[in-house]
Amino acid sequence: MTEERFSFTSKAKKTLVIIAIVGVVLLGLGVILTMSGDHGHEAEGHAINTVTEHSMLASADEQEQGTAVSEEGHGEAEGHHGSPVWLKRLFSNLWINNVYFTGLAIIGVFFIAIQYAAQAGWSAGMKRIPLAMAHWLPIAGVLMVISWFVVKFDVFHWTHESLYAEVGGDEIIKGKAGLWYWPLESGTFPLFYILRMVIFFALWYMFFIWIKREMLEEDIDGNVKHWYKARKYSAIFLVVFAVTSSIAAWDWVMSIDPHWFSTMFGWYMFASWWVNGLAAITFIVVMLKQNGYLKVVNANHLHDIGKFIFGFSIFWTYIWFSQFLLIYYANIPEETVYFIQRIETSQYKWVFFLNLILNFFLPFLLLMTRDAKRHMALLKVVCPIVIVGHWFDFYLMVTPGVMQFDGGFGFIEIGMAMIFLAAFVWVTLVSLTKAPLYAKNHPMLQESLHHHI
Amino acid sequence: MENNKHFVLGVYDDEDVLLTAIKAVRESGVKIHEVYSPFPVHGIDEALGYKRTRLPIAAFLFGLLGTTLALTMQVWMLGFDWPMIIGGKDFVSLPPFIPVTFELTVLLSALGMVGTFMIVSDLKPYKQPRIFDVRITDDKHVMAIDLSANNLAKDDIKKIVSSSGAGEVNDKDFED
Repeated sequence: MTEERFSFTSKAKKTLVIIAIVGVVLLGLGVILTMSGDHGHEAEGHAINTVTEHSMLASADEQEQGTAVSEEGHGEAEGHHGSPVWLKRLFSNLWINNVYFTGLAIIGVFFIAIQYAAQAGWSAGMKRIPLAMAHWLPIAGVLMVISWFVVKFDVFHWTHESLYAEVGGDEIIKGKAGLWYWPLESGTFPLFYILRMVIFFALWYMFFIWIKREMLEEDIDGNVKHWYKARKYSAIFLVVFAVTSSIAAWDWVMSIDPHWFSTMFGWYMFASWWVNGLAAITFIVVMLKQNGYLKVVNANHLHDIGKFIFGFSIFWTYIWFSQFLLIYYANIPEETVYFIQRIETSQYKWVFFLNLILNFFLPFLLLMTRDAKRHMALLKVVCPIVIVGHWFDFYLMVTPGVMQFDGGFGFIEIGMAMIFLAAFVWVTLVSLTKAPLYAKNHPMLQESLHHHI
Repeated sequence: MENNKHFVLGVYDDEDVLLTAIKAVRESGVKIHEVYSPFPVHGIDEALGYKRTRLPIAAFLFGLLGTTLALTMQVWMLGFDWPMIIGGKDFVSLPPFIPVTFELTVLLSALGMVGTFMIVSDLKPYKQPRIFDVRITDDKHVMAIDLSANNLAKDDIKKIVSSSGAGEVNDKDFED
């Protein structure tokens, strides 16, 4: 087999730059609009649902209850609500996109690892696409650690020192302090938390580099030992990822609502990342095929990865529902607040149901038939639906906890997502040009070429 | 079908020969009743010109039936026939109904699919199968050609079959 190379055309570069510029413009516009509309909006909001808002806030977050009962010593003095709404919204979006695009990158490694560990042959021709996506990983790591220190007081309520005061502190958060501050004193520097974040990214990056090295060296000498080595690294990575992805979910997303917890959360975020990553891989493959690349991938391979998207959309829904039903049925106030915040408020209610429509009903119905999975025309529609849908999923996980009743959806959200998208796609496409589009020496390439279902 | 009792059988040793033989026999205008083989042969359905099954449509419809049945059953039972307060929830509340709805959807979809398959493939209980040649469970591929479905004379068909690479060409009659 001959080599096939992807060339990142100047036209594609121009499109991405335009997306990024439009993103910046929308972001600026959104910030200005939110700044000027700040006061009126808040007053209006308070006037409309004073009663419900108060009763809900009281249960929604003990921090609010704390301020209602005792004004001092509970974050207020330190300025938890100090940042203006536009800035909080900016920070909240920064965090959403950090987590979302980190997911796309790490799922690139995860997809490859699964293929090696399962000794799968069908995917031999398309492994370079998830590999390219994973190149976002180091950037995501640096971005995440830096932005954590920028956004921490606005996004992570538990970072406020006063919560850990002897008198008047928050008993629930005090009980969880070790999770973040160990071995230092509560309320100082969250060493354990930051260490975990750094170690996770370091581990993921290390396995990515190891697997990538084997994949690329195989191109040169065609030795089968690279495949065996990659399989070994993949198997170890899967074990590491099982633990780290769960803890990452608690750390980066669940701790935004520090009073609340869900034992399903690790799985929930993984499911969201995974199906989203599959949709992204498929979409890139379809786009490459449409531009005349990747002849080694045909309808049979699309059928398989389409089944993956279909199946894991249902899996995501299953996890979503498992989390929801138990909380709904048990009806314990400290658990139900999470969903009350998301269903009973006008800002988030539509997102809550949109989330289910985009991530379950549409992929379920649209991808059900065999033809839908085999033809690029429908995959081209469903993949963006899933990709946008899971952005909203992360929006719904992060925003209500950060913004409370000041949240919204507008130019800031769209602009920030566009900037990140352009950067991510840029990195992915640049990495695609650096190596052949498919592994010509992959021991299972022949099997993949004759794949027939 | 019960009245058609006369068959010509081509017995093949090798699946590659069988695949080319199927194409050759069909090209010469002979209709093949069925091909029996001891193991799945790749590409045999395309060679025989079979259309894709429409079983998934049946599965979807049975699944839909299950969903409807489960929801109406639960709404009727817990909402109208014998309302009960469970966990302080409304009589008719959707979330607790979902697991049962899911299970019935899967159950009816699966059972309906099996039932449809058996009816379509004529696999009713106590059905006496026609055994063309016992060696089809061992090491031979057998191509059965129904004489009443073809206009050609028996000898012509036999000639076509044997020239397509069959190891032996036999007659098979059924009494029923």
